[in-house]
Amino acid sequence: MVKYVTQRILLMLMTLLIITFMSFVLIRMLPLPELPSEDPHLPIVLARREAAGYNKPYLVQFGIFLKNVLTEWDWGVSDVLFFGQEVSDIFMSKLPATMLVNFYSIILSIPIGIIFGVIAALKKNTWVDHTISTLTMVCISVPSFVYAFIIQYFLCYKLGWFPFLMKAGTDYFTWEMFISVIPPVLSLSLGVIAGFTRVTRAELTEVLTSEFMLLARTKGLTKAQATIRHAFKNCMVVVVPSIFGQFIGILSGSLIIEKIFAIPGVGQLNLNAIYGRDYPMFMMLTVFYVTISLVASIVVDISYGFIDPRIRMGSRK
Amino acid sequence: MQNKNNMNYEYEHIEPEKFAFAQLDADIHDKKLETKSRGYFADALIRFKKNKSSVIAAYIILIIIIFTIISPLLSPYDIEDVDKVYTNAPPFVRVISDLNLGIMNGAVTHESQNEVQYAYWQGIAKETGYNPLIKIVDTYTTVSMFRGQEKTSYTYKLQTNKYYETGVVYRTVSYEEFQKIQDFQNETGIQVIYPYVESKDIYNITDNPNIWYEVSDAKGTPKRDASGNFVFNPVYSKNTNMAGAEYNSLRIEGDDGSYIYSYQKSGAVHIRVCYYNYYTYLNGHEPIYIFGTNSLGQDLFSAIGVGSRFSLVFALVVSAINLSIGAVYGSIQGYYGGVIDLVLDRISDILSCVPFTVVTILFQFHLAQKVGPVVSFLFAFVLTGWIGMAALTRKQFYRFKSQEFVFAARTLGASDARLMFKHIFPNSLGTIITSCALVIPSVISSETSLTYLGIINLSELAGTSIGTLMSQGQTSMTTSPHAMFFPALYFSLLLISFNLFGNGLRDAFNPSTRGVED
Repeated sequence: MVKYVTQRILLMLMTLLIITFMSFVLIRMLPLPELPSEDPHLPIVLARREAAGYNKPYLVQFGIFLKNVLTEWDWGVSDVLFFGQEVSDIFMSKLPATMLVNFYSIILSIPIGIIFGVIAALKKNTWVDHTISTLTMVCISVPSFVYAFIIQYFLCYKLGWFPFLMKAGTDYFTWEMFISVIPPVLSLSLGVIAGFTRVTRAELTEVLTSEFMLLARTKGLTKAQATIRHAFKNCMVVVVPSIFGQFIGILSGSLIIEKIFAIPGVGQLNLNAIYGRDYPMFMMLTVFYVTISLVASIVVDISYGFIDPRIRMGSRK
Repeated sequence: MQNKNNMNYEYEHIEPEKFAFAQLDADIHDKKLETKSRGYFADALIRFKKNKSSVIAAYIILIIIIFTIISPLLSPYDIEDVDKVYTNAPPFVRVISDLNLGIMNGAVTHESQNEVQYAYWQGIAKETGYNPLIKIVDTYTTVSMFRGQEKTSYTYKLQTNKYYETGVVYRTVSYEEFQKIQDFQNETGIQVIYPYVESKDIYNITDNPNIWYEVSDAKGTPKRDASGNFVFNPVYSKNTNMAGAEYNSLRIEGDDGSYIYSYQKSGAVHIRVCYYNYYTYLNGHEPIYIFGTNSLGQDLFSAIGVGSRFSLVFALVVSAINLSIGAVYGSIQGYYGGVIDLVLDRISDILSCVPFTVVTILFQFHLAQKVGPVVSFLFAFVLTGWIGMAALTRKQFYRFKSQEFVFAARTLGASDARLMFKHIFPNSLGTIITSCALVIPSVISSETSLTYLGIINLSELAGTSIGTLMSQGQTSMTTSPHAMFFPALYFSLLLISFNLFGNGLRDAFNPSTRGVED
């Protein structure tokens, strides 16, 4: 197991390095944005660019970049959006809002998704199952921003229950803030709930038809006992890793939802970096997104082994 | 040695009469199957037909495709037709609107309108003959004390017709244009130009062309009669000295020939036109907006058609390219295996880790100037899109490559390429086609998300896209929800039906997985 994990992590670092290098070169090849001529930060930015090795070969530039990041956690300064400020500081200030919204959405989705999945599996081929399955299908097919429209129009505008946009400020744990994040949380959750429902239903139906369930019932367990003790535990082997994956994924946020509800988060920052062509910012966010996706896939793989010791990832025949 | 030669001799010289058919005339007992034999695809089709929801989805997809093809023919508008006045206007078709069904009547709701505003709508109705008021949703009565007397005032929640409520607008036109409008009036009998009203007669109001009656203040409150009701007494100008050009066309009711229909303006004439009829003059037909218009004044019906045409064609092209690349790559991986497989697998592994948004944006930064946004967008989809297809093909190749029919073909001397594409690939085609059907909605979905965010702007090539339409609709969501509703509904319908269709195909082609799900 340890060997497998180390192997995976080393491989991940290599992939990360290659992708970072590719993105780095592509970004450095772009023409630089014009700097405002009369700005007090101008000398700083110019000096920082000189230090970052612009006008040198790309490999040298990449070396400087890596050295700065690894030794001093220095990702450069923003040259358009937050003129002259440290990219990593701005990034850290945007992270909490994204995490807050996504955390609520995961917390909401897990129980609801699993409960619906279980109900659908137990009431298989009845109208309950058909309704849940159809709704799941719809929720998975349609992207979250369509729900965001519906929620914003009906709940925020027609009924006036919630504010249109997320409340500004950094008081993340006040009641007003909680109310104002409900619409984005709902819009994000529908898709996640549907995902959990589908996985749970598929797994549980398979487990429910297996022989050990029959054995459990013949031993004299009630249906509820057998389902909870035997079937449910086994179906969690597949469901729980996907929860871990989602938990890592919550950091990356959602570009569209953050734009619609004006959440001052990472997705919004990424969009602004793209619109404003703030390359140092975009570089850091690229590395961030790549890391998140790589880590999430490793965590999912490894967690299989922890949840069900019989599963040995990477084992030979 | 001698013996063996003898044996060979014996075998080589068998007497001809020993070659006789043993059972030439005997009865054959196993009969030929009388039922028709059924191929793989025919079998899949039968299974597919059993899945009702997928069949319905297939029909919806068909309708959508027909819609995208014929929507330019159905709609009198194309994407360049932009009306500056009828922007964000709700669905309106005159024929249906006149039936008073409450649909397609161009209705917008106005909250808390006072009596003066109510009178304003009535003024428009009286002058143009188009009554903007559809219905009074609510009437609120407020009793207030005014100079020691109780005064009752009413406010209304009104539903009005967005197309009629524009009423009359000012236009400055050249003399030729003025003559053309008159010709149009003579020909069709539609009153476009209305008599001019000088601002000195209406409390110097210059920005409201819909005031044509005596007013009692600069807000445009009509005069009241003795019992306090509003009266509309026309104050059309009879000042022939100021008339801009000769007018010899239709005159409104109550005109004894003394009203002037235009006003002097250096080198041109200033006129009051009823916009609804003016629109008919400009376009040759009355406004027909089945889905309404968006914030640019484009007809949503044809805009959705244009956007979805692009989406569908783009998605098909992307899946076709991905399918070809993925099939070749996956076949090589799966067929040769070993080191080649390992190396190729690492390459696709690394590529698949690059986030799609990042790829799109980098391509957009680098390639968009050289090859245009659409091509660079296509590259972004292809760069990582084929990986799934390759993995699928690879798996199928591993499954089939050691089967007997492949050995047989190889023994007969088939080349590697022939084995791969003539013998193994057709067997995996069903699975691959199915995944293609599921790739299409995902391509449409990402394309729409990116155009919605404005990261990609396809307006130059495609005219518009569903994502662009939705983002335009979202900005005016509270006042004109239809501009967001129709693209979103269309988009959802498209994705749901494609997914249902794809799932149905998957179940039909892989009976084994179907058993698991049931």
